[in-house]
Amino acid sequence: MALAIARPLGRLLASPGQAALAGVIALFLLLFLVVPVTTVIYVAFTEKGTGVFTLINFVDFFRTDLFVNAFWNSIYVSTATVLVASIFALPLAYITTRFSFRGAVLIQTLGFLPLIMPPFAGAVAMQLLFGRNGSVNLLLDDWFGFKIGLMEGLNGVVFVQAVHYFPFILVNLSAALRNIDRSMEEAAQNLGCSGFRLFRRVVFPLALPGYVAGASLVFVKVFDDLATPLLLNVKDMLAPQAYLRVTSIGIADPMGYVIAVVLIVVSVLAMWASTLTLSSKDYATVQRGGGGLAKRTLRPWESAVAYCVVGLILALVLAPHLGLLLLSFATVWSFSPLPDAYTFAHYARVFGDSSVYIKNTLVYASLAALIDVLIGGAIAYLILRTKLIGRQGLDWAASAALAVPGVVLGIGYLRTFYDVPMPDGRPLATFWMMIVLALAIRRLPYALRACHAALEQISVSLEEAAENLGATKMRTVRRVVVPLMTGGILAGFISSFATAAVELSATLMLVQSNSDAPLAYGLYVLMQSPAGRGPGAALGVIAVILVAICTFLSHVVIERSQRAKGALH
Amino acid sequence: MSQTVISPSLRATAAGVRVENVNLAYGSNPVLKNVSVEIEPGEFFAFLGPSGSGKTTLLRLIAGFNKADSGTVFVGGKDITDLPPWKRDVGMVFQSYALWPHMTVQRNVAFGLEERKVPRAEIKARVAKALDLVGLGHLADRRPSQLSGGQQQRVAVARTVVVQPKVLLLDEPLSNLDAKMRVQVRRELRDLQQRLGLTTIFVTHDQEEANTICDRIAVMSDGVIQQVGSPMELYEHPANLFVANFLGSANILDGSVLTEGAARAFQLTGGIRFPIPASASVPTDAKLVFRPQDASIGSTAGGGGNALSGVVMHREFLGSVVRYAVRIGDSDIIVDAPFRSGDALYEPGASITVRISLESALWLSS
Repeated sequence: MALAIARPLGRLLASPGQAALAGVIALFLLLFLVVPVTTVIYVAFTEKGTGVFTLINFVDFFRTDLFVNAFWNSIYVSTATVLVASIFALPLAYITTRFSFRGAVLIQTLGFLPLIMPPFAGAVAMQLLFGRNGSVNLLLDDWFGFKIGLMEGLNGVVFVQAVHYFPFILVNLSAALRNIDRSMEEAAQNLGCSGFRLFRRVVFPLALPGYVAGASLVFVKVFDDLATPLLLNVKDMLAPQAYLRVTSIGIADPMGYVIAVVLIVVSVLAMWASTLTLSSKDYATVQRGGGGLAKRTLRPWESAVAYCVVGLILALVLAPHLGLLLLSFATVWSFSPLPDAYTFAHYARVFGDSSVYIKNTLVYASLAALIDVLIGGAIAYLILRTKLIGRQGLDWAASAALAVPGVVLGIGYLRTFYDVPMPDGRPLATFWMMIVLALAIRRLPYALRACHAALEQISVSLEEAAENLGATKMRTVRRVVVPLMTGGILAGFISSFATAAVELSATLMLVQSNSDAPLAYGLYVLMQSPAGRGPGAALGVIAVILVAICTFLSHVVIERSQRAKGALH
Repeated sequence: MSQTVISPSLRATAAGVRVENVNLAYGSNPVLKNVSVEIEPGEFFAFLGPSGSGKTTLLRLIAGFNKADSGTVFVGGKDITDLPPWKRDVGMVFQSYALWPHMTVQRNVAFGLEERKVPRAEIKARVAKALDLVGLGHLADRRPSQLSGGQQQRVAVARTVVVQPKVLLLDEPLSNLDAKMRVQVRRELRDLQQRLGLTTIFVTHDQEEANTICDRIAVMSDGVIQQVGSPMELYEHPANLFVANFLGSANILDGSVLTEGAARAFQLTGGIRFPIPASASVPTDAKLVFRPQDASIGSTAGGGGNALSGVVMHREFLGSVVRYAVRIGDSDIIVDAPFRSGDALYEPGASITVRISLESALWLSS
């Protein structure tokens, strides 16, 4: 009787080892993602102290002018950022994919650079360059007698965020443009369509999914960002308000939680809207018998215009890097177009007493990335290679982290783990490992995608061959699956590491002491004071270099593993 | 597709196509070498050749997607060599169909008419007519992804013919369909072409497709048109070894032509000699070519003249014929023997005699 039941169950649940693995992962996600987020939502909807369900907190939220204002400001900043970022990204994507343009690869690479800098690090540099008394305005004032208020208030946030996040649109849009089958375009030409009409009627609609994917990502990221507005001294936006509420009034105040719920709702809505746009249109544009958009040669004057446009945009979006570099070597840089003199002192100071930030970052980011590829790889395996009941649930839970803003996760951790004491009596929420776990949860969806893609490319028959020759499931995974997935896993690890290294929104809530602080936090603290700007910029340059090396490495790893796989066929 | 009477609105005035001395190279690699061909108005014409023969390049050249290094293309007597694709009025159905996934069937078909600024009411009527023509009127509001391969292909055809192009170009239109659909669709294409009276050029690598539906075929290889003619002409009178081998199966025997006074003979590399019929025209570097059904197989040895002794290597029973692979000297040939029930078959290893019907044999050079 027991056997009769065990058999069908065994077939449904896969091996006991796999089931146990799924259980451990489920527990991890439950503890460090589901419970903290649910706690935030629960607090927002209950009466303080009594735990009775109530909507009074939300009524309060919408009755307070400050919060309603902050809400609309956040919507404005996010929308405007998407628009400005599109203005940067559209010409670059279109010119580099549609025309045979010298330096297209270089432009695509340079266009990616802003992403590898923490946005708030660029903010200070941009204030020095474009601010009221920045280099550009000082020169304009000198020569023409007027100034441009690029960095004033909300518009300053829009400008900084657009410069930082436009690569998301550039990358997605370029990929979409490149994937359009040439025959799609030729069929339209054959029927009498050409020039701008061809772009409007066929090319752009086909690239729209890529654009929407990039634009919605930008919207959500900007809506949830905390550090950039704070650094630009803009406080009347939602994410900064949530942070200020929790840090100044305390974790018992319900308003922070209400704001967190609003942040989640807007994030989820934006993502839902974007998937809705994409799924209602079935764009299977990759077909047989074609090969990317046709590339046209530019006429000389067109080419001149194109280079001017590209040059201007690149100069604008790369300005923060240049500014940060100058600042890190500057003795004094204030009310002048360029620094007064140059020095290495800031770097000396950073490697001296601030080196703890760098050490912490390396430790936190590597641990978080390690957790990510382990869990991401395991979930990918369970989804693709077993019929375990509820394996999709793991995928959804892990991916749901995408919709959870960092500040919400931070608040959730504080609330959930503050009352849990560690052996030495301090609250668990102050333990540095919490920062690692928050980073790991935040980056998990990306690592999961990388592992999923890597495993999907491996033919099941390779594993079946191993099992056929006597290897157990466990040994097959170790001897066949993992070696073949190495490229994907490594790429997932490096990109998780790189992005975790400059993440700040969750970290800002969780860092309890300077000795536990990672680089991004140190940078943020230093940038607050004029005297700290130099060392802060030096730290920023180090962060940029760190992330740049990682990005380059992951690129190399992916290339190499693809080449190795190509050689097999 | 039902036999409906076509209203004048979809019937185009047929135009001929003339390609003159076209050369085209990708870098230093010549793809079309001095190609000239003339296609009559209303004709169903095929470019037939193996992959890499230049047939698709030539088709895309007529559509305007490839640019010739030299040479001229005329449609309806008008030089279109320098016109961009969108001004040519040459309709093309793509191998991948290239239906735009962001538009419904109806919008796809209306596209070309909208580009031509046709009044809205007329667009509606003509789109409906074109979709009825291909039997898909009821699927007008579907998306391309919701259609089967055969249906997508018909939409692609409707989208092209609705603008009444002067010429219809079909780029391997059957290659993405399964075997059964292929036979059905090729009949439909022929039927449609006849009813619309459209000059049609069809690119294919499949001789059966070309033979069954085309009036004339241009056989292409290595960027050169080897021969132009009706399917039967090409089969009966191939101009060279390539055409003989590409259309149907053919046995090719190496040897040399000997002249002894008025009489000529062909000597195989093995030494055996055949008399050459006086009426045959034989190039000096000719090879002996014959179809498998133009030889017979028998057990009696000797016989002289055109009889060759050989050994059966293996055989395939195909129903109405038995196909023998026979080794004669150094060469392997194929002989098809008609099969009637009760006939005994030769076993592999058996020594036999092959008689070639020299009246139907060909002497061809490459």
